[in-house]
Amino acid sequence: MWRDALLIAAKDLKIELRSKVTMNQILPFAFVVLIVFAFALDTSPGTLEKVAPGLFWLAVLFSSIFSVDRAVAIETDDGAGDGLLVYGVDPGGIFLGKVLSVFVQLFLLEIFLLLGVVVLYGPKIGGLPLMVVSAFFATLGLCAAGVTYSQLATGSRAKQTLLPLLLVPVASPVLLAGTKAWQDAFSSATLLGDPWLRLLIVFAVVYLALGAIFFGSILEG
Amino acid sequence: MGSLVSFKNVIVISGNFPILTGLDFEAGPGEIVLVKGRNGAGKTSLLRAVAGLARITRGSANVLGVDIAANPADVRHRIGLLGHESFLYEDLSARENVRFVLKATRSDPSNAEAAMASVGLTGRLADLKVAKMSAGQRKKVALAALLAREPELWLLDEPHASLDSWTRGVLDATLNAKVSRGATVLLVSHESHHGSLVPTRIVEVGGGKIISDTNATKPVPLDPPAAAKQGSGNVA
Repeated sequence: MWRDALLIAAKDLKIELRSKVTMNQILPFAFVVLIVFAFALDTSPGTLEKVAPGLFWLAVLFSSIFSVDRAVAIETDDGAGDGLLVYGVDPGGIFLGKVLSVFVQLFLLEIFLLLGVVVLYGPKIGGLPLMVVSAFFATLGLCAAGVTYSQLATGSRAKQTLLPLLLVPVASPVLLAGTKAWQDAFSSATLLGDPWLRLLIVFAVVYLALGAIFFGSILEG
Repeated sequence: MGSLVSFKNVIVISGNFPILTGLDFEAGPGEIVLVKGRNGAGKTSLLRAVAGLARITRGSANVLGVDIAANPADVRHRIGLLGHESFLYEDLSARENVRFVLKATRSDPSNAEAAMASVGLTGRLADLKVAKMSAGQRKKVALAALLAREPELWLLDEPHASLDSWTRGVLDATLNAKVSRGATVLLVSHESHHGSLVPTRIVEVGGGKIISDTNATKPVPLDPPAAAKQGSGNVA
């Protein structure tokens, strides 16, 4: 399973390097979300500083919808997903490979996005260990849930609208916990004992396990 | 030797629509079975069911000694499917696609170059992104991946479509060689000419069932010029 996961992740990342969808389309979209929400809210520095973690994770959540959709769409074009089944690739490996590939892309996107948040909203960044670890598990959870629900929506003719409808409510604990963990980090809370980080870890582990177990059944339809 | 494919009363349902309706079918080693039938008869569904890509609702389905309905993952990697979809990634080159298939199937990666060269995918063409290729060139990439894998059971859905005559000849010669060594080919085709491929049986599918099964005891090429050279008649 792990060998197949690495094979799929390497292939997907190579495809992303060629197509540059994340860099040329999803990242600019995430910045647009940051800017538009800043306009929609009170633009005074105090307000933006306060809501910066929430807007960051909202932009990441919206971006993740496009990323997981793209990751699964790679396999629906020209029947490539059926090809993987015929080649005998482990479905759990396909799932983990997709999660790994989207994770790498989203984590890189978050680094750029954080720079944007600092420039646009000017929050005082603190508690870096808690920020990094919570971002790691929040992203992992978003990727695991996203790939699962994106594959689930693949059979539908209304996939583009069905996926956000499924994923946004499911991923709302990540949005909430990610925001709270970063607010804790900004107020210099320590890594150990943060309850929101624990929620992010549980979410990521549960969806990774569920995806690895049930992805095969979803893939087989 | 026993059957490599043994379907008994197989039912496959897609949505609410039965696409295979109690199909009985057998194929043994060294056979080239030509599957014929009208559009929507169930030919492609038969190939997908044999490949373990269609959920078998009822009946007994054995492929290469494995119950394909219960354990499709145990046997799929021994099956080669060339269908309407090429299973290729548009942003990867021909070479990258073929190498990926070989890695995924745990096949010998050194087979890639020879297989690509055998269908004319050499030089810059081998490194061209599939997205920039013509339909025929894409078919060659899919074919190269299949040739490099060397499956035991070949499921070919209109394999000659989009291919030039030279590549058709390569495919036919390769398949004839594989079959002589015990491989089995299920060939779906609407074409009346199949080059030098010599079906040993012709089955006709209609309404999701086999409606005729003709055993060609004296196999003859279906290609009229080739048949004329050998002085053979027509296959019934």
